[in-house]
Amino acid sequence: MIEISNIFKSFSGNEILKDLSFTFEKGKTNLVIGQSGSGKTVLLKCLLGLHAPEKGSIVYGGLDIVGKSNKNLKQLRRQIGMVFQGGALFDSMNVEENILFPLQMFSNDNQSEMLDRVNFCLKRVNLENVNHLFPSEISGGMKKRVAIARAIVMNPKYLFCDEPNSGLDPYTAILIDNLLQEITHEYDITTVINTHDMNSVMEIGQKILFIKKGVNVWEGTSSEIFSTANTDLESFVFSSELFKSIKRNHP
Amino acid sequence: MSFSLSPSKPGQSHDLKAVQEFRKIEHANAITKKSAFFEILVFMYELKKWLFIRVFCKFTFILYKNCFMGLIASLGKFILFILDVFRKPERRSVMYRLVLKEIYELGFKSLAFVVFVSLFVGAVVTLQTAANMTSSFMPKILIGYATRDAILLEFSPTIISLLLAGKIGSNIASSIGTMKVTEQIDALEVMGVNPATHLVRPKIFALVFFNPLLIVLSMFAGIIGGLLAGTLSGECTVAEFVSGIQYDFIPFKAVYAIIKTVLFAFVIASVSSFHGFYTDGGALEVGKSSTKAVVYSSVVIIVLNYILTQLLLN
Repeated sequence: MIEISNIFKSFSGNEILKDLSFTFEKGKTNLVIGQSGSGKTVLLKCLLGLHAPEKGSIVYGGLDIVGKSNKNLKQLRRQIGMVFQGGALFDSMNVEENILFPLQMFSNDNQSEMLDRVNFCLKRVNLENVNHLFPSEISGGMKKRVAIARAIVMNPKYLFCDEPNSGLDPYTAILIDNLLQEITHEYDITTVINTHDMNSVMEIGQKILFIKKGVNVWEGTSSEIFSTANTDLESFVFSSELFKSIKRNHP
Repeated sequence: MSFSLSPSKPGQSHDLKAVQEFRKIEHANAITKKSAFFEILVFMYELKKWLFIRVFCKFTFILYKNCFMGLIASLGKFILFILDVFRKPERRSVMYRLVLKEIYELGFKSLAFVVFVSLFVGAVVTLQTAANMTSSFMPKILIGYATRDAILLEFSPTIISLLLAGKIGSNIASSIGTMKVTEQIDALEVMGVNPATHLVRPKIFALVFFNPLLIVLSMFAGIIGGLLAGTLSGECTVAEFVSGIQYDFIPFKAVYAIIKTVLFAFVIASVSSFHGFYTDGGALEVGKSSTKAVVYSSVVIIVLNYILTQLLLN
């Protein structure tokens, strides 16, 4: 579980996050939604310790990370898996080496044990026989799956995903969503997903935070969205005709 | 006494006293006009002086703020970056492997380029020296002697380092810059790996270790190029060239060249990595960082070359 309380973050006097509080629950897919520029990525980077908030607290299972140095965060970071928007796979390494990398840096297993773990993770994300391909030789959807495999290889307690569906076809996007939900339940981890994909919101949104201009405007579940009276959320989620008709037909 | 600016002209009927009075008034008016003109001149001068001082102060302040403070800030940032680079690595075994990889990527792959350039420059230095030896009283061994000193003291350590700053510096800055803009550096940080140590340290070690070898090879290649050009063109014999190379050889000159090379290698790796590491934006900024890396590395090498020569040779 991750609790954020009253966090403020600004860049050159421009306030991005304003008094934001929320609890990301364990064993659930926690979604952060909002328009582009609403502060989702900044929030994610604050959670990861890449940006330091000016005020407030970010508590990981009792440990407040605000104001902690990189050295103090090292132990926590080994419990974190992150799937970046573009995958952020290392170009100079093939798929196997990319997934092997965290193990080589932090694990004390021998080489064959590490390779077994890599193959297990690749199988878990439905990828096989791609071990020796480089990131430039695989598709966008495969890159995302390799990134997920790299994120889960160290058995993380916390999994963060920044727009895991961006640039993917609807079929692959649903595969990725289902995969993230399965992993969350299987390993009982706290998963935080930044998205503005409404399919993801409806399919896997077990706990949703809607932010607008850095402020927590609404929080709830995907089913609660249909009965919301919040006009900001309504105009954001049901902006397309398709979702408007879904809402009209929703009991 | 009040003065009129346009006194009426005296009529013929006026007496001498009236004429004198008129002249007095005219004189006083002229003085008043002159002093007013002088006052305006002084005022304009003061205004100009004041404006000049203001412009000068403003210019100095802008220069101080943008250049001097910018330079100090960049220097501070660079020192912090270097301190970060030399932090303890997560895994020493991984670091050794990375150093070997960088030696291959940055050093070994530059071998052919360095040898090729050195052979031809050595040949040109020999031919130019021979062409300038117009007096028949000058011994032919001077061709080998001049070629050796030119290559050993300046060409191999400095010019080859400048060429490597272009080749390796742009490679380092663009590869690290691309990693930065595609969030690969953030990925390292999130994993708990210090990106500066992991990415930059192997490059510094590889260049500091391998560049002296490259430069020694460049010296040999340059001298061989000179020997071939000198003998094939008939400017000197092999024996004359070889005795020129051996004549008055001071081993410290080779040590001086190696010291320069080691420092230049550090400059190329660190300055280029610094510019790559602080790239912000997209592909355009990666290109800009790459250019900056080459320019700044070259400038630092040129200045350092002068300082080292002053310290070590004089």
